[in-house]
Amino acid sequence: MQDMAIHPVDWLVILPVVLPLLGAALLLMLREAKEAQYWMALGTVAVLLLGDIALATRIAEQGPVSMTMGNWLPPFGISFTADLVGAVFALAAAGVTLLVLVYLRLDMPDRARRDGVYPLVLLLLAGVSGSFLTGDLFNLYVWFEVMLIASLGLMVLGGRNSQLDATVKYGFLNFFATTIFLLSLGLTYGTLGTLNMADIVAKAPAADPAVMASIAALLLLAFGMKAAAFPVNAWLPASYHAPPAAVSALMAGLLTKVGVYALLRAMTMLLPASREVLEPVLVVVALGTLILGPLGAIAETNLRRALGFLVIGGIGATVTGIALNNEAGLAGAATYVLHAMLTITGLYLVAGLIEAMTGETDTRRMGGLYAAASLPSVLFFVLMLAVAGVPPFLGFWPKLLLVEGGIAGWAPNWDGWALALWVGVLVNALLTLIAGSRLWGHIFWRAGHESAENEAPNPDLRRLDRRATWLGLAPTAVLTLAVFLLGVWPEPLLGFGKQAAAGLLQSADYVAATGVAGGEP
Amino acid sequence: MDHLVALLAGIFLTAAIYLLLSRSLIRMLLGLVLLGNGVNLVILVSGRLGRIVPPIVPEGAKVPMAGAANPLPQALILTAIVIGFAMFAFLLVLAYRAYQSLDADDTDKMRVAEPRNAPKPPMSY
Amino acid sequence: MSTLIFRTIAPLLTAVMLVFSVFVLLRGHNEPGGGFIGGLIAASALAIYGMAMGGEAARTALNVHPLAMAGFGLALAGLSGVLSLAFDVPFLTGLWSIFDLDGSEVALSTPMVFDIGVYFVVFGTIAAVALALESDGEDA
Repeated sequence: MQDMAIHPVDWLVILPVVLPLLGAALLLMLREAKEAQYWMALGTVAVLLLGDIALATRIAEQGPVSMTMGNWLPPFGISFTADLVGAVFALAAAGVTLLVLVYLRLDMPDRARRDGVYPLVLLLLAGVSGSFLTGDLFNLYVWFEVMLIASLGLMVLGGRNSQLDATVKYGFLNFFATTIFLLSLGLTYGTLGTLNMADIVAKAPAADPAVMASIAALLLLAFGMKAAAFPVNAWLPASYHAPPAAVSALMAGLLTKVGVYALLRAMTMLLPASREVLEPVLVVVALGTLILGPLGAIAETNLRRALGFLVIGGIGATVTGIALNNEAGLAGAATYVLHAMLTITGLYLVAGLIEAMTGETDTRRMGGLYAAASLPSVLFFVLMLAVAGVPPFLGFWPKLLLVEGGIAGWAPNWDGWALALWVGVLVNALLTLIAGSRLWGHIFWRAGHESAENEAPNPDLRRLDRRATWLGLAPTAVLTLAVFLLGVWPEPLLGFGKQAAAGLLQSADYVAATGVAGGEP
Repeated sequence: MDHLVALLAGIFLTAAIYLLLSRSLIRMLLGLVLLGNGVNLVILVSGRLGRIVPPIVPEGAKVPMAGAANPLPQALILTAIVIGFAMFAFLLVLAYRAYQSLDADDTDKMRVAEPRNAPKPPMSY
Repeated sequence: MSTLIFRTIAPLLTAVMLVFSVFVLLRGHNEPGGGFIGGLIAASALAIYGMAMGGEAARTALNVHPLAMAGFGLALAGLSGVLSLAFDVPFLTGLWSIFDLDGSEVALSTPMVFDIGVYFVVFGTIAAVALALESDGEDA
């Protein structure tokens, strides 16, 4: 047993998991009271958001904090260790979930509400926060599964045929990915005798590099699948467009980012030596994802499937940061994840409004929305520019950091890989801009349906009623405002990126916070 | 003993991958179960086998007897089995529903979310 | 499935299994048993009842929706961990209170509360899945 005085403030580390779990449990018990369920879910996430803010400020001031469950010694007990990356990601996840919850009130079919969408959202949030904050690899696996089961439930709610189809593909492939993750956990335990992240940092350098490299390769496959990186990305555009828009916004905003976070943690912090070995693979994965994502978006006619491809393009940008592995590159990856959480969620929410107004999912039959609804078109325009990385919006800064990282990696010894990544990021930005502006042009700017000779005004447009306008546009507008404000005032973002990168590259603080470095147990 | 079990895990994984490459949902599901079992065997071996003393602390002692088996992999496997079991139950229900609604057990025929003859991208702009 | 013999014996079997599941649950911690296996036994008891009497009858007999029961279990398990907040120890630390009740030693502890929570979670979830498979209808 451990003699570490625990103050109530230390509970902030565990709060982001305990609170939504208890909230979900309570909501499950109140199955019949739908109204109460909604407000309670909203309240839980709001309190959670405050807790996350407190946690993030505490960590920004004092460095990583840790708590080991059940009063066991750290390498044996399950540690929750929050450093700046994890805490800020958890904060962003809670914020996004809160906004999506507001939108959910508008968007869900009754049947889904009856089947309990709110407990599932809280469960999903618990899984996401748990993944960001845990300091134990096996525990990370457990949170992955919590997330997976909650997202499967959310995806299939409503039970339309296309949803069943999408969920089958999503479920099988993601379950496969987590099982591969479990396999690499078994190998890690067999090699190092520990699964505590801080302990792995300490013990990995002494292990056989070949074994560690194969473990890292398995982790790369598992997390890459979770993040939908090329070439294991096919499940994402096959599934994310099927559920209602709010659900797909939540999943696109949060789930793939957890995969990226796990990749960041595993490759950069836990197994840096093996990352070196895998660097060519990472570069190819990054380049493929960077290019394939926006190309898919250009070729796609289904609006939300096109957005799914844009999500993949963003994953490419974050993998680029991991492949570069210098300070600017990692700062770019960390800030990109943050940017993608806000921007992609916003885009999916606008897409939901567009689908509600046009009654279509096919961009060729949308047309003419600008005249009917100018505010959504402005929001979509801003978010689309942000995804492409056009200043003065949020997306510009992560891409700038990545470009800087590319140059920094290339300059000292003419490293061709870094140069290729540098070009890849720029090409990705250009292609994304093309894809986004085409979408905007087709949906908003063109007068009516495609190939109508005269491009007569679209007769099928429906105006949103007042309620839909408020509930639907308000969360999107808040997200867009955040994207804009963080774009014109990027200091906090850049500061976070710098600190996050430093924390990932020098893990001494993280290890010290967990308390395993104190000697042999 | 370790080598034999490792070999067995390999056989499990091989069969699992073979089943997963099938187009039939039920075969894929069985493949996932086999994969999970193979992975559990890997975890079991990772704690080293061949010891005969169960990891139970004797009456009055504070630590298990010398040479006791490693209890941690067993705890990990237990968790993994429970999770895998829950996922299996969910996916089984899902596959069954999909079979009822889509009338397809063959993944090639499940093209509702991704229509086969997707339209070409718009040529204007 | 629902032959006369089966229908006659099923309620009896269910009752015995339910009692046994509680026995297994309370026996846990230091001896083989515990919440998970107890919950599984209870869920199979309900499944047997449902097979004999039909899913609808099983739902009625349960009185509460199985998922609500799972929620109750989750809350119980979570709260058993939160209890350690009051004692300045980390989340989920085992707290024991052993007292004497008429000559026999009774141990109340948070691990036991946690186990009871697990029992309800497992029972609720598996029962929901079993009933969904049995009813064969639109409720997934």
